[in-house]
Amino acid sequence: MEQFISVSGIAAPMMQINIDTDQIIPALYLGGTDAKGYGAHLFANWRFLPDGSPNPDFILNQAPYSDARVLLADRNFGCGSSRERAPKAMREFGLRAVIAPSFGGIFFNNCFRNGIVPVALPIDQVKQIVQAVEDSKGLIGVTVDLQTKKVSLPDGLSFDFDVPETLRQMLLLGIDEIDQTLSYREEIDSYREQDIKRRPWAYLAPTVDIPS
Amino acid sequence: MQQPQTFFDKVWSDHVIKTMGTDSVLLQIDRLVLHELSGSQAVRALAEANRMPMSRGQVFTVIEHLISTRPGRGPIDSVSVSGPSMIEGTRVASKKWGFNFIDYNDPRQGIAHVVSTELGIAFPGSTLVCCDSHTSTVGAVGAVAWGIGATEAEHVLATQALVQMRPKTMRVNFNGQLKPGVYAKDMILALIGKIGANGGIGYATEFAGSAVRSLSVEGRATLCNMSIEFQSKYGFVAPDDITLAYLNGREFSPKGQAWDQAAKYWRSLPTDDGAKFDLEIDIDCSALEPQVTWGTSPEQVTSIDGLIPDPSTQKDSEARLEAQRALDYMQLKPGMSLLGVPIDVAYIGSCTNARLSDLRAAAAILKGKKIKPGIQAVCVPGSTPVKRAAEAEGIDRIFIEAGFEWHESACGMCGHIGDNRFANLRTISTTNRNFKGRQGPQTRTHLASPETVAASAIAGCITRAQRS
Repeated sequence: MEQFISVSGIAAPMMQINIDTDQIIPALYLGGTDAKGYGAHLFANWRFLPDGSPNPDFILNQAPYSDARVLLADRNFGCGSSRERAPKAMREFGLRAVIAPSFGGIFFNNCFRNGIVPVALPIDQVKQIVQAVEDSKGLIGVTVDLQTKKVSLPDGLSFDFDVPETLRQMLLLGIDEIDQTLSYREEIDSYREQDIKRRPWAYLAPTVDIPS
Repeated sequence: MQQPQTFFDKVWSDHVIKTMGTDSVLLQIDRLVLHELSGSQAVRALAEANRMPMSRGQVFTVIEHLISTRPGRGPIDSVSVSGPSMIEGTRVASKKWGFNFIDYNDPRQGIAHVVSTELGIAFPGSTLVCCDSHTSTVGAVGAVAWGIGATEAEHVLATQALVQMRPKTMRVNFNGQLKPGVYAKDMILALIGKIGANGGIGYATEFAGSAVRSLSVEGRATLCNMSIEFQSKYGFVAPDDITLAYLNGREFSPKGQAWDQAAKYWRSLPTDDGAKFDLEIDIDCSALEPQVTWGTSPEQVTSIDGLIPDPSTQKDSEARLEAQRALDYMQLKPGMSLLGVPIDVAYIGSCTNARLSDLRAAAAILKGKKIKPGIQAVCVPGSTPVKRAAEAEGIDRIFIEAGFEWHESACGMCGHIGDNRFANLRTISTTNRNFKGRQGPQTRTHLASPETVAASAIAGCITRAQRS
């Protein structure tokens, strides 16, 4: 995982409910197995006009929000498709955190694996942050600190948030999750030895040999 | 005496390898299903990290997301620009690693979630994951199944396990019996309308009640399929006689003595009397009418005889704004009747509603009729076995004579991957998402049951099926 301790920067309000991952990156741009190359298509249908030029009405095309590090949204952000290119596209664009009342569950998990912290705050607190951002014409920095689990603004406004502790630790330390799990190999093997006696039908031997 | 447990409690605790801190566990994964759109990313990442799959017999790959549905399709045909390389990449990797591979021309091919129950890849009490949010579909056979990202899939490939937070539990009791012409699709749309597209965040949902017990595994699949549309990652129906009868004899189901042993265990899994859920919801099915969506979220839904609501009647200011944006996109006005709204496209397909019972329900409406001239009508069966079974019954002839196109099985036009044929058009569709642009640029999608879609294709507008 990409390490995340704290981020401060421009926050872009996109206060809509149910922003789905088809909007974050349309299926048309999911092609390829590369780890990168998706940031250019972030919010493609909102960010660009049909002729491909930037849509001047879209917030991420407007200064200072075009440099946003943090996104502010309403409930159920990232609902819909499991596509991991959604947080990948956000990360490539430069976003490191999303603050919203709630998140689609698959998207929520995918964020941690792509260097983005999904911060759940009650809607009235999100609205207070939006108000402060808009009052400053977007110029104030919003800080998301995973160490202290606080969102703070320069005027002293500050909100505590909670994230799953296991994922938080992995992000703070930038742990490789697969390496960590493989370090439990003995426990995995011992579970499987017991389980195969109890539920033999759950285990399938490979049906084909791997060509050498 | 042991505390009464829910079905989910039992399956979850059976799969815990170890606890991780206070909120997560390392969970054994019984089945990993990959497809060429996102599974290919996981396979590539694994190879680049120089890691080996831990238990390749438990891994399945299916070609279904990007492959063309065109009759006579070839091995890399796709409307997606990167489709050919992703299909071929998945094929090569599957053979290299020796996964259980179902290619485009395999007689077992189809949409992963349809194939997973048809072949008995999913089974009661199993944990099954796939890089697709509709993986919960296979909860129809009592699997605990959910969609994951490609990085999580790479983790499963390498460890056959996944770090997961324990969700809360919800039970939705669909009580009473459905009227004729009302289907599982109408049940799930009505539920989403009631609790909202965010109503299930953080929950695993058990579907129960007399109306669910009466559903076939295929109907249960439609219910479980759309649990992610109210943001419950997991949706399932605990196993019963219908489940076991369905699974007996399937390719990957246990056989002989092993079947007896498995069946005994599976029968111990249903929720105990008195078990506690974090949330219970009751829906009266006897009064339920066919449902059709009017907006750009599955929560924006009403009975087919209903009027498009005034945004001012939505529950809060955010929902009111969203309703207005949805109506603008859908080119609809508050107070309009949904009945009679002209459609351009009728689409029957997807992991939601393209199984044999769905095609039969549509065929019963289409038999001896013609669709309205000018309408594009497309049927994409959920799997190749479904297609073959439908053809054996003459259902393909009914569709074709009515004016439908009859396609090969795949995910097709449920999502827009490059074919613009539905651009700027209004569709009525048996799929699961009416998001903006989901079926094409500016495409306006209304979700409904196969029966409603078939009736609307004939009328050329949103119509309630006339039942004889």
